[in-house]
Amino acid sequence: MKFVAVSSCPTGIAHTYMAAEALEQAGKAAGHEVVVETQGAAGTTPIDPAVIAAADGVIYAADLEVKDKNRFAGKPFVDVGVKKAVHDAPGVLAQAIAAVEAAQASGAPSAPTPVAAAPAAPARKPGVGSRIRQYLMTGVSYMIPFVAAGGILIALGFLLGTVAWGQDGAIAVTKIIGGGADNTFAAAYAAAHGIDLSASGASIGLTTFAQHFGWFSAASWAVAFFQIGAAAFGFLVPALSGYIAYGIADRTGIVPGFVGGTLAVTVGAGFLGGIITGFLAGFLALWLVNRKVPKGVRGLMPVVVIPLVATLVTGALTVLVIGPPMKIVNEGLSSWLNGLGTTALVPLGIVLGLMMCFDLGGPLNKVAYVFATTGLSNALASGAASSSGTEAKIMAAVMAAGMVPPLAVALATTLRPKMFTEAERESGKSAWLLGFSFISEGAIPFAAADPLRMIPSFMVGGAVTGGLSMAFGAGVLAPHGGIFVTPLVHQPLLFLLALLIGMVVSTALLIVAKGIGHGSDADLVAEDDLVSI
Amino acid sequence: MSTPLITPELVAVDLVAADRDQATRALIDLLAAAGRVTDAEGFHADVRAREAQMATGMPGGIGLPHARSEFVTVPSLAVGKVPAGVDFGAPDGAATLVFLIAAPASGDADHLKILAALARRLVHPEFRQSLNDATDAETVARIITTEVVPA
Repeated sequence: MKFVAVSSCPTGIAHTYMAAEALEQAGKAAGHEVVVETQGAAGTTPIDPAVIAAADGVIYAADLEVKDKNRFAGKPFVDVGVKKAVHDAPGVLAQAIAAVEAAQASGAPSAPTPVAAAPAAPARKPGVGSRIRQYLMTGVSYMIPFVAAGGILIALGFLLGTVAWGQDGAIAVTKIIGGGADNTFAAAYAAAHGIDLSASGASIGLTTFAQHFGWFSAASWAVAFFQIGAAAFGFLVPALSGYIAYGIADRTGIVPGFVGGTLAVTVGAGFLGGIITGFLAGFLALWLVNRKVPKGVRGLMPVVVIPLVATLVTGALTVLVIGPPMKIVNEGLSSWLNGLGTTALVPLGIVLGLMMCFDLGGPLNKVAYVFATTGLSNALASGAASSSGTEAKIMAAVMAAGMVPPLAVALATTLRPKMFTEAERESGKSAWLLGFSFISEGAIPFAAADPLRMIPSFMVGGAVTGGLSMAFGAGVLAPHGGIFVTPLVHQPLLFLLALLIGMVVSTALLIVAKGIGHGSDADLVAEDDLVSI
Repeated sequence: MSTPLITPELVAVDLVAADRDQATRALIDLLAAAGRVTDAEGFHADVRAREAQMATGMPGGIGLPHARSEFVTVPSLAVGKVPAGVDFGAPDGAATLVFLIAAPASGDADHLKILAALARRLVHPEFRQSLNDATDAETVARIITTEVVPA
């Protein structure tokens, strides 16, 4: 059998290395291969991912927290502490062999990933493509909880809002914080909760909201849920970027990654921008880690110098290099959309659907969404708004198309669970709720992990839905809320039909695309030649 | 590497000690006399603290007290041969070879790699045997210097 092991001890001088040597010798004596990563004072040289992939089991002979433990996830393991490995390495090895055999006997696919893929190509080193995939997957796996927690809280906010305000609830819940006397929802909320909005320019801030929190008011709770969920969503792209960088450069990547991701959002580059900043920050930090520096500065490197330099460079590149083209794209597309006119509604719906589903909250998505909401607020301001008007139709097409990606991944993970990782299947369940709530971001974990297969599938589905929604003449005057605002929709059944058709089309394409080439995310190791982005 | 890890002055071939604390102190005094430890008492406290976390008795009659300490100027190794044996808390009996590893608090990687290589060599019975068989300080220092090479 093949094993990988990690050894560490409090001082990092003696036991770490004795345990490593003892385990390697015990393996040699018993005819097993043991590769040990010593996480000691002399630094850590990570085990080649290909070796980890090929290993049958893992031995933790570590008294300290194992660095990057997720590399070994899913494999049978024994956790014995460093001392036992020093004193009785053959016994530890026997324990590890027993653990592997037990896992095989129980039929638990110890690790869907490597065990299956490794024997086919034992000598292959992971190529650039699969390395990039692994970094992406690290980022995605840490981002998923943010998407789930934030998205579900926002959806629950909509739901409670519907309880509090009726069919306008999903709109009202977003208008309270920051809303003033000129906003009917905020004005009514203020009156009901004893908030004074008479001062000129007064609006409901978060602290005012908290001071006048209605413990038995569904409206208060709805707003709280929505705000907390929105706060969690604020970390979505930063976490993606930060943990991609962490995957590449370990701890030193986190600061530049998070800062880069935050700035990517600020300049309107969305999650695709966050992926770029993550790789930028990670490789920059890694490069700095590998610099030879004078002895006196060495202690300052990991805590001061590397974060400082990597953050400055990543941040500057994000703002100065990624930012300006985003603005140009934004303005160019906006004026192009406005120039399209509203005579040919079906083609417009198709274009908006494509844009909504390309980057899920990124620049193209924003342009399409803002195009719709601007039209909507102009119509509302002029007093000529009607849910069968052109502006309402555009809004309905945008909303329906934006619901397609998360619903498509939800359906795909339900129909073909084997094509997805465990984390993705879980993520797929919450994607149902996010999709019905028109939270397109629910599909980001899937899009980020496998952009080449996912994004085109989303776009085609979104285009179908956008076009059909226009053809059916569905319309809505609410800028968000998804399924919660269907009572406000003109032609609600046709609206849902358009959504359903696009969702099925997108799911079908997605499943077909997943089957092309090497298939599921499970085959990280086999996917040498695929450069995913 | 300017200063060798070990010299004959840092080897005590006939060490007599009642307990591990005494054995450790005798070796610390060798390091202090060689100017490798600036404060014998302070360094001893650091070693005791480390020893209290987890006993450093190793299989095969080895005692391996060690610490990273601000009182250490050069990464160093002091060796004591204790024919009568002294308990270092190893399950398989008393230690006849005591290795005191002294590492500076901010040691650089090259030095630490030497210490790592030493720890790895200690696992091999033939290495331990050759040290047990050595009768004088020069031989002990030479065996360690030639056998311990960073990977």
